[in-house]
Amino acid sequence: MIIQGRVFKFGDDLDTDAILPGQYLSISNPEELAKHCMEGYQQDFPQKIKQGDIFVGGSNFGCGSSREHAPIAIKAAGVSCVIAKSFARIFYRNGINIGLPLFECAEAYEGIDEGDTVQIDTNNGLIKNLTKATQFQAMPLPDFIKDIIMSGGLVEYVKNKLKNSRRISL
Amino acid sequence: MGYTITEKILLDHTQVKNIKPGDIIQVDVDFIMTNDISGPVSVKQFEKMGAKKVFDIERMAIILDHFTPNKDLSAAEACKTMRNFAEKYGIKNFYDAGSGIEHVIMHEKGYVKPGDLIIGGDSHTVTYGGLGAFSTGVGSTDLAGVMALGKIWLKVPSQLRFVYKGKIPEWVGGKDLIIYTIGQIGTDGARYKTMEFSGEVIKGLEIEDRLTMCNMAIEAGAKNGIIEPDDKTECYMREEIGITEYRVYKSDDDARYEATFEFDVSNLEPQVAVPFSPGNAKGVSEVTGIPIDQVVIGSCTNGRLKDLREAAKILKNNKVHPKVRAIIFPGSKKIYKQALKEGLIDIFINSGAMIAIPGCGVCFGGHMGVLAEGERAVSTTNRNFVGRMGHKSSEVFLSNPAVAAASAIKGVIAHPEEVV
Repeated sequence: MIIQGRVFKFGDDLDTDAILPGQYLSISNPEELAKHCMEGYQQDFPQKIKQGDIFVGGSNFGCGSSREHAPIAIKAAGVSCVIAKSFARIFYRNGINIGLPLFECAEAYEGIDEGDTVQIDTNNGLIKNLTKATQFQAMPLPDFIKDIIMSGGLVEYVKNKLKNSRRISL
Repeated sequence: MGYTITEKILLDHTQVKNIKPGDIIQVDVDFIMTNDISGPVSVKQFEKMGAKKVFDIERMAIILDHFTPNKDLSAAEACKTMRNFAEKYGIKNFYDAGSGIEHVIMHEKGYVKPGDLIIGGDSHTVTYGGLGAFSTGVGSTDLAGVMALGKIWLKVPSQLRFVYKGKIPEWVGGKDLIIYTIGQIGTDGARYKTMEFSGEVIKGLEIEDRLTMCNMAIEAGAKNGIIEPDDKTECYMREEIGITEYRVYKSDDDARYEATFEFDVSNLEPQVAVPFSPGNAKGVSEVTGIPIDQVVIGSCTNGRLKDLREAAKILKNNKVHPKVRAIIFPGSKKIYKQALKEGLIDIFINSGAMIAIPGCGVCFGGHMGVLAEGERAVSTTNRNFVGRMGHKSSEVFLSNPAVAAASAIKGVIAHPEEVV
Protein backbone atom coordinates (compact mmCIF):
# COMPACT_ATOMS: atom_id res chain seq x y z
CA MET A 1 0.00 0.00 0.00
CA ILE A 2 1.24 3.50 -0.88
CA ILE A 3 0.36 6.27 1.59
CA GLN A 4 0.82 9.94 0.74
CA GLY A 5 0.13 13.00 2.88
CA ARG A 6 1.08 16.32 4.38
CA VAL A 7 3.29 16.26 7.47
CA PHE A 8 2.76 17.50 11.02
CA LYS A 9 6.00 17.29 12.97
CA PHE A 10 6.44 16.83 16.72
CA GLY A 11 9.38 16.55 19.12
CA ASP A 12 10.57 13.81 21.49
CA ASP A 13 8.45 12.16 24.20
CA LEU A 14 5.05 13.14 22.82
CA ASP A 15 2.92 11.55 25.55
CA THR A 16 -0.56 10.04 25.41
CA ASP A 17 -1.98 12.84 27.60
CA ALA A 18 -0.98 15.26 24.82
CA ILE A 19 -2.48 13.00 22.14
CA LEU A 20 -5.73 12.38 23.98
CA PRO A 21 -6.24 14.09 27.36
CA GLY A 22 -7.46 11.94 30.27
CA GLN A 23 -10.77 13.73 30.59
CA TYR A 24 -12.00 12.08 27.35
CA LEU A 25 -11.15 8.52 28.33
CA SER A 26 -14.70 7.51 29.12
CA ILE A 27 -15.46 7.94 25.39
CA SER A 28 -14.89 4.90 23.20
CA ASN A 29 -16.49 6.02 19.92
CA PRO A 30 -13.62 6.67 17.43
CA GLU A 31 -15.36 9.62 15.70
CA GLU A 32 -15.89 11.33 19.06
CA LEU A 33 -12.28 10.67 20.09
CA ALA A 34 -11.06 12.11 16.77
CA LYS A 35 -12.58 15.47 17.73
CA HIS A 36 -10.03 15.68 20.57
CA CYS A 37 -6.96 14.30 18.77
CA MET A 38 -3.82 16.17 19.95
CA GLU A 39 -5.92 18.58 22.00
CA GLY A 40 -3.51 18.22 24.91
CA TYR A 41 -0.76 19.37 22.56
CA GLN A 42 -2.63 22.29 21.04
CA GLN A 43 -6.24 23.17 21.74
CA ASP A 44 -7.31 23.77 18.12
CA PHE A 45 -5.21 20.96 16.64
CA PRO A 46 -8.18 18.67 15.87
CA GLN A 47 -9.51 21.23 13.38
CA LYS A 48 -6.19 21.36 11.53
CA ILE A 49 -5.98 17.65 10.66
CA LYS A 50 -7.02 16.63 7.15
CA GLN A 51 -7.67 13.14 5.77
CA GLY A 52 -4.40 11.46 4.85
CA ASP A 53 -2.09 13.67 6.93
CA ILE A 54 1.07 12.08 8.30
CA PHE A 55 2.52 12.54 11.79
CA VAL A 56 6.29 12.61 12.19
CA GLY A 57 7.56 12.37 15.76
CA GLY A 58 10.87 12.18 17.62
CA SER A 59 11.91 9.49 20.05
CA ASN A 60 9.53 7.69 22.45
CA PHE A 61 6.39 8.75 20.55
CA GLY A 62 3.24 7.85 22.50
CA CYS A 63 4.88 7.40 25.90
CA GLY A 64 2.80 7.26 29.06
CA SER A 65 -0.50 5.55 29.48
CA SER A 66 -1.77 2.38 27.79
CA ARG A 67 -4.83 4.19 26.44
CA GLU A 68 -5.67 2.76 23.05
CA HIS A 69 -7.86 5.84 22.72
CA ALA A 70 -4.69 7.71 21.62
CA PRO A 71 -3.93 5.77 18.41
CA ILE A 72 -7.68 5.34 17.81
CA ALA A 73 -8.09 9.14 17.89
CA ILE A 74 -5.15 9.60 15.51
CA LYS A 75 -6.48 7.04 13.06
CA ALA A 76 -10.08 8.24 13.25
CA ALA A 77 -8.95 11.84 12.70
CA GLY A 78 -7.76 10.72 9.27
CA VAL A 79 -4.02 10.45 9.93
CA SER A 80 -2.71 7.80 7.55
CA CYS A 81 0.61 6.94 9.16
CA VAL A 82 3.01 7.86 11.96
CA ILE A 83 6.76 7.96 11.40
CA ALA A 84 8.96 8.40 14.47
CA LYS A 85 12.53 8.03 15.63
CA SER A 86 11.14 5.47 18.07
CA PHE A 87 7.81 4.54 19.65
CA ALA A 88 6.86 3.82 23.27
CA ARG A 89 6.15 0.10 23.46
CA ILE A 90 2.45 0.07 24.39
CA PHE A 91 1.62 2.74 21.80
CA TYR A 92 3.43 0.69 19.16
CA ARG A 93 1.45 -2.48 19.93
CA ASN A 94 -1.81 -0.54 20.09
CA GLY A 95 -1.16 1.16 16.74
CA ILE A 96 -0.39 -2.11 15.01
CA ASN A 97 -3.35 -3.84 16.64
CA ILE A 98 -5.85 -1.27 15.37
CA GLY A 99 -4.25 -1.04 11.94
CA LEU A 100 -2.50 2.34 12.18
CA PRO A 101 0.72 2.04 10.14
CA LEU A 102 3.78 2.97 12.23
CA PHE A 103 7.36 3.25 10.99
CA GLU A 104 10.57 3.84 12.91
CA CYS A 105 13.16 5.89 11.01
CA ALA A 106 15.50 8.37 12.68
CA GLU A 107 16.87 9.66 9.34
CA ALA A 108 13.37 10.44 8.09
CA TYR A 109 12.75 12.47 11.23
CA GLU A 110 15.81 14.60 10.49
CA GLY A 111 15.00 14.95 6.80
CA ILE A 112 11.31 15.83 6.97
CA ASP A 113 9.88 19.22 7.95
CA GLU A 114 6.37 20.27 8.90
CA GLY A 115 4.26 20.80 5.80
CA ASP A 116 6.35 18.52 3.54
CA THR A 117 4.52 15.99 1.41
CA VAL A 118 5.67 12.46 2.12
CA GLN A 119 4.97 9.10 0.49
CA ILE A 120 5.41 5.72 2.21
CA ASP A 121 5.37 2.23 0.76
CA THR A 122 4.03 0.18 3.68
CA ASN A 123 5.30 -3.07 2.14
CA ASN A 124 8.97 -2.22 2.19
CA GLY A 125 9.11 0.82 4.50
CA LEU A 126 10.49 3.17 1.81
CA ILE A 127 9.75 6.78 2.76
CA LYS A 128 9.97 9.48 0.05
CA ASN A 129 9.97 13.16 0.89
CA LEU A 130 8.34 14.49 -2.31
CA THR A 131 8.88 18.12 -1.28
CA LYS A 132 12.63 17.73 -0.88
CA ALA A 133 13.12 14.85 -3.34
CA THR A 134 14.89 12.70 -0.76
CA GLN A 135 14.20 9.19 0.48
CA PHE A 136 14.72 7.08 3.59
CA GLN A 137 14.46 3.42 4.49
CA ALA A 138 12.44 2.67 7.63
CA MET A 139 12.99 -0.44 9.74
CA PRO A 140 11.08 -3.20 7.96
CA LEU A 141 8.19 -4.63 9.97
CA PRO A 142 8.82 -8.02 11.62
CA ASP A 143 6.97 -10.90 9.94
CA PHE A 144 4.57 -11.51 12.79
CA ILE A 145 3.50 -7.89 12.71
CA LYS A 146 3.00 -8.14 8.94
CA ASP A 147 0.80 -11.18 9.67
CA ILE A 148 -1.39 -9.13 12.00
CA ILE A 149 -1.57 -6.28 9.49
CA MET A 150 -2.31 -8.73 6.65
CA SER A 151 -5.21 -10.07 8.71
CA GLY A 152 -6.51 -6.51 9.08
CA GLY A 153 -5.51 -6.00 12.71
CA LEU A 154 -5.54 -8.15 15.83
CA VAL A 155 -9.32 -8.52 15.93
CA GLU A 156 -9.42 -10.32 12.58
CA TYR A 157 -6.26 -12.23 13.46
CA VAL A 158 -7.75 -13.64 16.68
CA LYS A 159 -11.07 -14.26 14.92
CA ASN A 160 -9.26 -16.49 12.44
CA LYS A 161 -7.42 -18.25 15.23
CA LEU A 162 -10.63 -18.93 17.13
CA LYS A 163 -12.24 -20.32 13.98
CA ASN A 164 -9.38 -22.71 13.41
CA SER A 165 -9.29 -25.62 15.78
CA ARG A 166 -5.55 -26.12 15.31
CA ARG A 167 -3.10 -25.03 17.94
CA ILE A 168 -3.20 -21.35 18.68
CA SER A 169 -0.04 -19.52 17.80
CA LEU A 170 -0.77 -15.90 18.56
CA MET B 1 24.97 -18.61 30.08
CA GLY B 2 22.49 -17.82 32.82
CA TYR B 3 19.18 -16.05 32.82
CA THR B 4 17.73 -13.13 34.71
CA ILE B 5 14.59 -13.46 36.84
CA THR B 6 12.54 -11.87 34.04
CA GLU B 7 13.90 -14.28 31.43
CA LYS B 8 13.25 -17.25 33.72
CA ILE B 9 9.62 -16.27 34.23
CA LEU B 10 9.13 -15.80 30.48
CA LEU B 11 10.82 -19.16 29.77
CA ASP B 12 8.50 -20.96 32.18
CA HIS B 13 5.47 -19.50 30.42
CA THR B 14 6.42 -20.42 26.86
CA GLN B 15 6.98 -23.58 24.83
CA VAL B 16 10.39 -22.44 23.63
CA LYS B 17 13.40 -23.92 25.44
CA ASN B 18 15.86 -21.04 25.01
CA ILE B 19 15.31 -17.33 24.74
CA LYS B 20 17.38 -14.22 24.18
CA PRO B 21 16.51 -10.53 24.06
CA GLY B 22 14.73 -9.63 20.84
CA ASP B 23 13.09 -13.06 20.39
CA ILE B 24 9.37 -12.95 19.89
CA ILE B 25 7.64 -15.57 21.98
CA GLN B 26 4.10 -16.58 22.78
CA VAL B 27 3.41 -16.84 26.50
CA ASP B 28 0.66 -18.27 28.68
CA VAL B 29 -0.79 -15.63 30.94
CA ASP B 30 -1.56 -16.34 34.62
CA PHE B 31 -3.90 -13.44 35.27
CA ILE B 32 -5.43 -10.49 33.43
CA MET B 33 -6.97 -7.27 34.63
CA THR B 34 -8.92 -4.41 33.13
CA ASN B 35 -10.74 -1.28 34.28
CA ASP B 36 -13.45 1.19 33.24
CA ILE B 37 -11.21 2.87 30.63
CA SER B 38 -9.44 0.11 28.75
CA GLY B 39 -12.29 -2.31 29.51
CA PRO B 40 -15.14 -0.94 27.38
CA VAL B 41 -12.91 -0.88 24.27
CA SER B 42 -11.65 -4.40 25.09
CA VAL B 43 -15.22 -5.66 25.42
CA LYS B 44 -16.08 -4.28 21.98
CA GLN B 45 -13.00 -5.91 20.41
CA PHE B 46 -13.55 -9.18 22.30
CA GLU B 47 -17.02 -9.49 20.84
CA LYS B 48 -15.83 -8.50 17.36
CA MET B 49 -13.27 -11.31 17.62
CA GLY B 50 -16.20 -13.68 17.91
CA ALA B 51 -15.07 -14.92 21.33
CA LYS B 52 -17.78 -16.68 23.28
CA LYS B 53 -16.05 -16.92 26.63
CA VAL B 54 -13.14 -15.57 28.64
CA PHE B 55 -10.25 -18.08 28.60
CA ASP B 56 -10.55 -18.58 32.37
CA ILE B 57 -13.05 -16.58 34.41
CA GLU B 58 -11.12 -17.29 37.61
CA ARG B 59 -8.06 -15.57 36.18
CA MET B 60 -9.53 -12.22 35.24
CA ALA B 61 -10.35 -9.21 37.38
CA ILE B 62 -12.39 -6.16 36.43
CA ILE B 63 -11.78 -3.13 38.63
CA LEU B 64 -13.75 0.08 38.12
CA ASP B 65 -11.50 2.84 39.41
CA HIS B 66 -10.77 5.59 36.89
CA PHE B 67 -13.99 7.60 36.58
CA THR B 68 -15.69 6.14 39.66
CA PRO B 69 -18.00 6.96 41.33
CA ASN B 70 -19.40 7.76 37.88
CA LYS B 71 -18.16 11.21 36.98
CA ASP B 72 -20.72 11.86 34.28
CA LEU B 73 -23.06 10.12 31.88
CA SER B 74 -20.28 8.90 29.63
CA ALA B 75 -18.43 7.37 32.61
CA ALA B 76 -21.67 5.86 33.88
CA GLU B 77 -22.18 4.12 30.54
CA ALA B 78 -18.59 2.85 30.52
CA CYS B 79 -18.98 1.36 34.01
CA LYS B 80 -22.33 -0.16 33.06
CA THR B 81 -20.70 -1.83 30.06
CA MET B 82 -18.19 -3.48 32.39
CA ARG B 83 -20.80 -4.46 34.98
CA ASN B 84 -22.89 -6.11 32.26
CA PHE B 85 -19.85 -7.85 30.82
CA ALA B 86 -18.88 -9.27 34.22
CA GLU B 87 -22.38 -10.61 34.71
CA LYS B 88 -22.76 -12.02 31.20
CA TYR B 89 -19.41 -13.84 31.20
CA GLY B 90 -19.36 -14.78 34.89
CA ILE B 91 -16.39 -12.71 36.03
CA LYS B 92 -16.59 -13.01 39.82
CA ASN B 93 -13.44 -10.99 40.53
CA PHE B 94 -15.37 -7.81 39.94
CA TYR B 95 -14.69 -4.65 41.95
CA ASP B 96 -17.12 -1.79 41.62
CA ALA B 97 -16.67 1.90 42.43
CA GLY B 98 -14.88 2.64 45.68
CA SER B 99 -13.30 -0.81 46.09
CA GLY B 100 -9.91 0.62 45.32
CA ILE B 101 -7.22 1.14 42.73
CA GLU B 102 -6.54 -1.79 40.40
CA HIS B 103 -2.81 -2.01 41.14
CA VAL B 104 -3.49 -2.13 44.87
CA ILE B 105 -6.43 -4.56 44.71
CA MET B 106 -4.49 -6.92 42.46
CA HIS B 107 -1.84 -7.75 45.05
CA GLU B 108 -4.11 -7.28 48.07
CA LYS B 109 -6.50 -9.97 46.82
CA GLY B 110 -3.71 -12.39 46.00
CA TYR B 111 -4.12 -12.19 42.21
CA VAL B 112 -0.41 -11.50 41.99
CA LYS B 113 2.12 -14.07 43.15
CA PRO B 114 5.89 -14.11 42.75
CA GLY B 115 6.81 -15.81 39.48
CA ASP B 116 3.47 -15.08 37.79
CA LEU B 117 3.01 -13.56 34.35
CA ILE B 118 0.34 -10.89 34.45
CA ILE B 119 -1.09 -8.68 31.71
CA GLY B 120 -3.23 -5.65 32.47
CA GLY B 121 -5.08 -3.06 30.47
CA ASP B 122 -3.21 -0.23 32.16
CA SER B 123 0.36 0.97 31.83
CA HIS B 124 1.01 0.80 35.58
CA THR B 125 0.50 -2.97 35.57
CA VAL B 126 4.31 -3.02 35.89
CA THR B 127 3.76 -2.45 39.63
CA TYR B 128 3.63 -6.18 40.50
CA GLY B 129 7.31 -6.65 39.70
CA GLY B 130 7.73 -5.48 43.29
CA LEU B 131 6.64 -8.98 44.32
CA GLY B 132 8.86 -10.73 41.79
CA ALA B 133 6.22 -11.23 39.10
CA PHE B 134 6.51 -10.36 35.41
CA SER B 135 3.76 -7.90 34.69
CA THR B 136 3.20 -5.42 31.93
CA GLY B 137 0.51 -3.18 30.50
CA VAL B 138 -1.15 -3.43 27.11
CA GLY B 139 -3.90 -1.60 25.26
CA SER B 140 -7.48 -2.67 24.86
CA THR B 141 -7.24 -4.78 21.70
CA ASP B 142 -4.23 -6.70 23.01
CA LEU B 143 -6.13 -7.34 26.22
CA ALA B 144 -9.17 -8.55 24.29
CA GLY B 145 -6.89 -11.06 22.56
CA VAL B 146 -5.65 -12.38 25.91
CA MET B 147 -9.19 -12.50 27.27
CA ALA B 148 -10.07 -14.80 24.36
CA LEU B 149 -6.92 -16.91 24.14
CA GLY B 150 -5.11 -16.66 27.49
CA LYS B 151 -1.95 -16.03 25.50
CA ILE B 152 -0.04 -13.08 24.13
CA TRP B 153 3.07 -12.49 22.03
CA LEU B 154 5.92 -10.63 23.68
CA LYS B 155 9.34 -9.55 22.58
CA VAL B 156 11.92 -10.75 25.11
CA PRO B 157 13.19 -7.46 26.55
CA SER B 158 16.86 -6.73 26.95
CA GLN B 159 17.84 -6.60 30.59
CA LEU B 160 18.99 -3.59 32.56
CA ARG B 161 20.23 -3.98 36.13
CA PHE B 162 20.16 -1.21 38.69
CA VAL B 163 22.22 -1.76 41.82
CA TYR B 164 21.66 0.54 44.77
CA LYS B 165 24.39 0.78 47.39
CA GLY B 166 25.06 2.68 50.57
CA LYS B 167 22.84 3.61 53.48
CA ILE B 168 19.48 5.04 52.56
CA PRO B 169 19.02 8.43 54.28
CA GLU B 170 16.01 9.43 56.35
CA TRP B 171 13.01 10.70 54.33
CA VAL B 172 14.24 8.83 51.27
CA GLY B 173 12.31 5.80 49.99
CA GLY B 174 11.30 3.87 46.89
CA LYS B 175 9.71 6.92 45.28
CA ASP B 176 12.93 8.91 45.55
CA LEU B 177 15.04 6.05 44.21
CA ILE B 178 12.86 5.64 41.13
CA ILE B 179 12.57 9.37 40.37
CA TYR B 180 16.34 9.67 40.74
CA THR B 181 16.84 6.67 38.45
CA ILE B 182 14.53 8.02 35.73
CA GLY B 183 16.38 11.31 36.04
CA GLN B 184 19.64 9.46 35.36
CA ILE B 185 18.53 7.36 32.38
CA GLY B 186 15.73 9.50 30.91
CA THR B 187 12.11 8.78 30.08
CA ASP B 188 13.11 6.45 27.25
CA GLY B 189 16.19 5.10 29.01
CA ALA B 190 14.59 1.68 29.48
CA ARG B 191 12.26 1.71 26.48
CA TYR B 192 11.17 -1.87 25.68
CA LYS B 193 13.56 -3.15 28.37
CA THR B 194 13.48 -4.70 31.83
CA MET B 195 14.49 -2.66 34.86
CA GLU B 196 15.74 -5.07 37.51
CA PHE B 197 16.29 -3.34 40.83
CA SER B 198 18.80 -4.93 43.19
CA GLY B 199 21.47 -4.34 45.79
CA GLU B 200 21.62 -3.94 49.54
CA VAL B 201 19.36 -0.90 49.52
CA ILE B 202 16.59 -2.74 47.67
CA LYS B 203 16.88 -5.68 50.09
CA GLY B 204 16.20 -3.25 52.91
CA LEU B 205 13.10 -1.77 51.26
CA GLU B 206 9.61 -2.66 52.43
CA ILE B 207 7.20 -4.24 49.91
CA GLU B 208 5.33 -0.95 49.51
CA ASP B 209 8.49 0.84 48.39
CA ARG B 210 9.31 -1.97 45.99
CA LEU B 211 5.86 -1.73 44.42
CA THR B 212 6.35 2.05 44.10
CA MET B 213 9.64 1.59 42.26
CA CYS B 214 8.31 -0.98 39.81
CA ASN B 215 5.15 1.10 39.33
CA MET B 216 7.18 3.92 37.78
CA ALA B 217 9.39 1.71 35.59
CA ILE B 218 6.97 2.57 32.78
CA GLU B 219 7.95 6.22 33.21
CA ALA B 220 11.38 5.24 31.87
CA GLY B 221 9.65 3.35 29.04
CA ALA B 222 10.29 -0.09 30.55
CA LYS B 223 8.37 -3.21 29.62
CA ASN B 224 8.66 -4.40 33.19
CA GLY B 225 10.26 -3.55 36.49
CA ILE B 226 11.22 -6.38 38.82
CA ILE B 227 12.79 -7.18 42.18
CA GLU B 228 13.85 -10.66 43.25
CA PRO B 229 11.61 -12.09 45.97
CA ASP B 230 13.27 -12.50 49.36
CA ASP B 231 12.33 -13.06 53.00
CA LYS B 232 10.34 -9.83 53.04
CA THR B 233 8.35 -10.93 50.00
CA GLU B 234 7.68 -14.33 51.54
CA CYS B 235 6.64 -12.75 54.82
CA TYR B 236 4.30 -10.35 52.99
CA MET B 237 2.71 -13.14 50.94
CA ARG B 238 2.23 -15.32 54.02
CA GLU B 239 1.16 -12.76 56.63
CA GLU B 240 -0.73 -10.21 54.55
CA ILE B 241 -2.10 -12.24 51.67
CA GLY B 242 -2.20 -15.76 53.09
CA ILE B 243 -0.52 -17.42 50.12
CA THR B 244 2.48 -19.70 50.50
CA GLU B 245 2.60 -21.52 47.17
CA TYR B 246 4.30 -19.79 44.27
CA ARG B 247 7.45 -19.98 42.21
CA VAL B 248 10.48 -18.00 43.31
CA TYR B 249 12.95 -17.10 40.56
CA LYS B 250 16.31 -15.44 41.03
CA SER B 251 18.75 -14.06 38.49
CA ASP B 252 21.78 -16.25 37.79
CA ASP B 253 25.22 -14.89 38.61
CA ASP B 254 26.17 -15.22 34.95
CA ALA B 255 22.94 -13.73 33.59
CA ARG B 256 23.40 -11.29 30.71
CA TYR B 257 22.59 -7.64 31.19
CA GLU B 258 22.74 -5.04 28.45
CA ALA B 259 23.91 -2.58 31.08
CA THR B 260 24.38 -2.32 34.83
CA PHE B 261 23.92 0.97 36.65
CA GLU B 262 25.28 1.42 40.16
CA PHE B 263 24.08 4.17 42.41
CA ASP B 264 25.37 5.03 45.87
CA VAL B 265 22.36 6.60 47.55
CA SER B 266 23.96 7.51 50.89
CA ASN B 267 23.77 11.22 50.13
CA LEU B 268 20.54 11.24 48.16
CA GLU B 269 17.96 13.74 49.33
CA PRO B 270 14.21 13.35 48.71
CA GLN B 271 13.58 13.74 44.98
CA VAL B 272 11.03 15.86 43.16
CA ALA B 273 10.23 15.43 39.47
CA VAL B 274 9.45 18.89 38.17
CA PRO B 275 7.14 19.65 35.22
CA PHE B 276 6.68 18.36 32.63
CA SER B 277 8.47 15.04 32.79
CA PRO B 278 8.95 12.31 35.40
CA GLY B 279 12.58 12.41 34.29
CA ASN B 280 13.13 15.99 35.50
CA ALA B 281 14.51 14.83 38.84
CA LYS B 282 15.78 17.37 41.35
CA GLY B 283 16.74 17.21 44.99
CA VAL B 284 13.94 18.74 47.06
CA SER B 285 16.28 21.50 48.30
CA GLU B 286 16.52 22.81 44.72
CA VAL B 287 12.78 23.49 44.58
CA THR B 288 11.77 24.37 48.15
CA GLY B 289 9.76 27.57 48.50
CA ILE B 290 7.76 27.23 45.25
CA PRO B 291 4.13 28.13 46.13
CA ILE B 292 1.49 25.45 45.59
CA ASP B 293 -2.31 25.23 45.41
CA GLN B 294 -2.94 21.52 45.87
CA VAL B 295 -1.39 18.45 47.43
CA VAL B 296 -2.35 14.94 46.39
CA ILE B 297 -1.38 11.91 48.48
CA GLY B 298 -2.39 8.49 47.20
CA SER B 299 -2.55 6.55 43.88
CA CYS B 300 -1.22 3.22 42.63
CA THR B 301 2.24 4.66 43.23
CA ASN B 302 1.90 5.86 46.84
CA GLY B 303 -1.55 5.00 48.20
CA ARG B 304 -0.60 2.11 50.45
CA LEU B 305 -0.65 1.97 54.24
CA LYS B 306 3.03 2.78 54.67
CA ASP B 307 2.57 5.88 52.49
CA LEU B 308 -0.39 7.06 54.56
CA ARG B 309 1.54 6.44 57.78
CA GLU B 310 4.40 8.57 56.48
CA ALA B 311 2.02 11.38 55.57
CA ALA B 312 0.28 11.12 58.95
CA LYS B 313 3.60 11.35 60.78
CA ILE B 314 4.11 14.76 59.17
CA LEU B 315 0.52 16.02 59.39
CA LYS B 316 -0.03 15.02 63.03
CA ASN B 317 -0.61 18.13 65.17
CA ASN B 318 -0.10 20.30 62.10
CA LYS B 319 -2.49 22.23 59.86
CA VAL B 320 -2.72 22.23 56.10
CA HIS B 321 -1.91 25.72 54.79
CA PRO B 322 -5.14 27.71 54.26
CA LYS B 323 -4.34 28.24 50.58
CA VAL B 324 -3.76 24.56 49.89
CA ARG B 325 -6.34 21.87 49.08
CA ALA B 326 -4.93 18.61 50.41
CA ILE B 327 -6.52 15.49 48.92
CA ILE B 328 -5.68 12.12 50.43
CA PHE B 329 -7.02 8.94 48.89
CA PRO B 330 -6.29 5.50 50.30
CA GLY B 331 -5.46 2.87 47.68
CA SER B 332 -8.24 0.51 48.63
CA LYS B 333 -11.13 -0.08 50.99
CA LYS B 334 -8.89 -2.36 53.06
CA ILE B 335 -6.25 0.35 53.43
CA TYR B 336 -8.99 2.89 54.19
CA LYS B 337 -10.29 0.70 57.03
CA GLN B 338 -6.84 0.10 58.45
CA ALA B 339 -6.07 3.83 58.27
CA LEU B 340 -9.27 4.49 60.20
CA LYS B 341 -8.33 1.91 62.80
CA GLU B 342 -4.86 3.37 63.27
CA GLY B 343 -6.25 6.89 63.62
CA LEU B 344 -4.59 8.12 60.43
CA ILE B 345 -7.84 9.36 58.94
CA ASP B 346 -8.48 11.37 62.13
CA ILE B 347 -5.05 12.96 61.81
CA PHE B 348 -5.74 13.86 58.18
CA ILE B 349 -9.16 15.35 58.86
CA ASN B 350 -7.91 17.28 61.89
CA SER B 351 -5.12 18.72 59.77
CA GLY B 352 -7.64 20.08 57.31
CA ALA B 353 -7.02 17.55 54.56
CA MET B 354 -9.91 15.88 52.75
CA ILE B 355 -10.30 12.15 52.21
CA ALA B 356 -11.28 11.05 48.72
CA ILE B 357 -12.75 7.76 47.58
CA PRO B 358 -10.11 5.20 46.55
CA GLY B 359 -9.66 5.55 42.80
CA CYS B 360 -7.56 7.05 40.01
CA GLY B 361 -9.52 10.20 39.10
CA VAL B 362 -7.26 12.82 40.69
CA CYS B 363 -4.03 11.47 39.22
CA PHE B 364 -4.93 11.88 35.55
CA GLY B 365 -7.16 14.94 35.74
CA GLY B 366 -10.19 12.72 35.37
CA HIS B 367 -12.23 14.12 38.21
CA MET B 368 -12.02 15.16 41.89
CA GLY B 369 -9.10 17.56 42.06
CA VAL B 370 -8.67 19.02 38.56
CA LEU B 371 -6.24 21.96 38.47
CA ALA B 372 -7.20 25.38 37.07
CA GLU B 373 -5.09 27.57 34.78
CA GLY B 374 -1.70 28.27 36.30
CA GLU B 375 -2.28 26.15 39.42
CA ARG B 376 0.43 24.00 40.88
CA ALA B 377 0.31 20.70 42.79
CA VAL B 378 2.71 18.51 44.70
CA SER B 379 1.56 14.96 44.13
CA THR B 380 2.67 11.46 45.09
CA THR B 381 1.35 10.16 41.75
CA ASN B 382 3.45 9.09 38.77
CA ARG B 383 3.07 11.51 35.87
CA ASN B 384 3.50 15.25 35.46
CA PHE B 385 2.99 15.68 31.73
CA VAL B 386 1.48 18.89 30.33
CA GLY B 387 -2.16 19.05 31.44
CA ARG B 388 -1.94 15.77 33.36
CA MET B 389 -4.04 17.01 36.28
CA GLY B 390 -6.06 19.70 34.51
CA HIS B 391 -5.32 22.89 32.60
CA LYS B 392 -2.40 22.84 30.16
CA SER B 393 -0.65 25.57 32.12
CA SER B 394 -1.08 23.80 35.46
CA GLU B 395 1.93 22.06 36.95
CA VAL B 396 2.50 18.83 38.87
CA PHE B 397 5.57 18.18 41.00
CA LEU B 398 6.00 14.49 41.85
CA SER B 399 7.32 13.55 45.28
CA ASN B 400 7.18 11.03 48.10
CA PRO B 401 4.35 11.22 50.71
CA ALA B 402 6.45 12.97 53.38
CA VAL B 403 7.50 15.79 51.05
CA ALA B 404 3.90 16.15 49.84
CA ALA B 405 2.60 16.34 53.42
CA ALA B 406 5.26 18.85 54.47
CA SER B 407 4.44 20.97 51.41
CA ALA B 408 0.74 20.89 52.31
CA ILE B 409 1.55 22.43 55.70
CA LYS B 410 3.96 25.08 54.41
CA GLY B 411 1.98 26.05 51.31
CA VAL B 412 5.21 25.81 49.35
CA ILE B 413 7.37 22.86 48.33
CA ALA B 414 9.09 21.84 51.55
CA HIS B 415 11.49 19.31 53.02
CA PRO B 416 9.90 17.13 55.75
CA GLU B 417 12.57 18.35 58.18
CA GLU B 418 11.04 21.82 58.00
CA VAL B 419 7.92 20.65 59.84
CA VAL B 420 9.03 17.92 62.23
